[in-house]
Amino acid sequence: MNLTRAAPWPAGTAPFADPGETELLELSLGPQHPSTHGVFRMNALLDGETVVRLQPVFGYLHRNHEQLAERMSYLASMPFTDRLDYFCSLTNNWAYALTVEKLAGLEVPERAEYLRVILAELTRLQNHTVFLGFLLGDMGAWGSVLMYGFRQRDAVLDLFEALTGSRMMCDYLRFGGCRCDLPPGWAAAARLVVDSYPGFLDEMEQLLTENEILRARTMGIGGVEAKRLVNAGVSGPLLRAAGLSHDLRKVDRYGIYDRFSFRIPLGEKGDVYDRLMIRLLEMRESLNILDSALRDLPEGPVINPQAKLRNFRPPAGEAYGRIESPKGELGFYLISDQSPQPYRYRVRPPSLINLTLLEEMCVGAKIADVMVILGSIDIVLGEVDR
Amino acid sequence: MTTMGTTDESLRQDLARRGVHVTSLESLYNWGRAHSLWPLQFGLACCAIEMIAATMARHDLARFGAEVFRPSPRQADLMIVAGTVTKKMAPMVVRLYNQMANPKYVIAMGACAISGGPFREGYNVLRGIDRYLPVDLYIPGCPPRPEALLHGVIRLQELIRGEKLSGPGRSRAADPAVPGEYPIPNYGPAGLRPPFNPDLWQPPSDPDAAPDDGSDAVTPRETTA
Repeated sequence: MNLTRAAPWPAGTAPFADPGETELLELSLGPQHPSTHGVFRMNALLDGETVVRLQPVFGYLHRNHEQLAERMSYLASMPFTDRLDYFCSLTNNWAYALTVEKLAGLEVPERAEYLRVILAELTRLQNHTVFLGFLLGDMGAWGSVLMYGFRQRDAVLDLFEALTGSRMMCDYLRFGGCRCDLPPGWAAAARLVVDSYPGFLDEMEQLLTENEILRARTMGIGGVEAKRLVNAGVSGPLLRAAGLSHDLRKVDRYGIYDRFSFRIPLGEKGDVYDRLMIRLLEMRESLNILDSALRDLPEGPVINPQAKLRNFRPPAGEAYGRIESPKGELGFYLISDQSPQPYRYRVRPPSLINLTLLEEMCVGAKIADVMVILGSIDIVLGEVDR
Repeated sequence: MTTMGTTDESLRQDLARRGVHVTSLESLYNWGRAHSLWPLQFGLACCAIEMIAATMARHDLARFGAEVFRPSPRQADLMIVAGTVTKKMAPMVVRLYNQMANPKYVIAMGACAISGGPFREGYNVLRGIDRYLPVDLYIPGCPPRPEALLHGVIRLQELIRGEKLSGPGRSRAADPAVPGEYPIPNYGPAGLRPPFNPDLWQPPSDPDAAPDDGSDAVTPRETTA
């Protein structure tokens, strides 16, 4: 493949007076770019407006998460997991706690399991809410949708703050349970937020799904064959948008997800429109889970009394724990050698692995669609680069 | 109102009641500049999300005239370094600062931009952007709440309103001896070279302070359980 000269148009198909051969333009997008969701960079090769090649450049936010975790105690890594996918600190906490509990064979009390489900679903809600805002921002609707999204997200963050003391970096889960019990009135406040959400979603759907510009910008854009997605290890809403029913909440039934009835929304084509709609539908299902979890929340301890906070040394061995984070399968792999710190600490970040097919999604699309496709994958650079 | 020349305060207020406003050019200039800060739309990590939250409906940075985030450094006059600056990213941050037009200000938002924060021990993390850029204001927190950023912007406005345009002690932008651009470090296999800009930052001289020569070496540390 000649990288500086495009292949000539087949006779009679050129959309302009064909000068014979056209020159390709190499364009570097990022790392400082309003739509790269942080410090992601793409080197795109363009033939006119059409993307011929696209190379992602990673590492601008490589913060040595794994290396640092191998030098500190198991518990000390918990606040660092908050900063992986900084929109979803509580699901990160859960994936890590689940792995260590597997490694150490710790049981989790029932009330703590319910709290984890409630917090994880609230996290999913606020993540998908701002996802819509950012995706619409990438399409040019910068401002309004994001502002509605953040208004609603702030209501959820208030709940996080009341419970954990922090809006974003919650650091709430502990091995064998949760850090503290709910403050008085929290469940009622959470109920109010959950009850207010359907109205917000109705408003959003009214604003978005019927919108002609949005449909023109998203339908038939960025779709990839379902088989390719599976081969690349893609997970989460991206996979389900292509019609593959794979949700770890149903597959693994970790925690107490087997007690709730909820559906897995599936798309058909896997294009950007499907990905967007999947998120909207998933939020409705999360609300169902929250509804029953808040109703059935039992009394009891929130942490296993056998769990040791200090001098915690899990038995030698290895464990892989995974959960369905809002972005896909978030996994932690730990090897213990009975010392206070893990011998090996590895994160399986859904954002990074979902990005692997970015070039395939973008080649043939227009340069303006690249940002929309990237936005629809829903990446967070803290997790991609770690 | 710092330099009012011959006009005294009571006379000025008396005139103001009659609809005559007296001010100095410097005060007017600083007043205008303080309330039309255009930040660079530039997020690095977690803090950027709180920065975005500060511009949204609840916190509404627009009330203080600093909501026009510009994606181009040519149009911006405030750089909010929001997040961890890695060694790979540091040259870009300095280059963006160099591309901004004078007068320009830098806010280091969050623990990472101030000192490397929780990731300070990491081999790829810059231990504070003040090693390469002149930071006007530090906002601690991990991440700082949006209210903290609002407070930071208000403090920066106070700073700008107190600036002098000429004479000794004049502002950085008005002083031809102060460079508007700083050397861009080189990111290579051995990390950043030079490890800091000696005109802006020096290793602490306190003998009791933790040894930190600005080098890239990570001191091995025993883990305590």
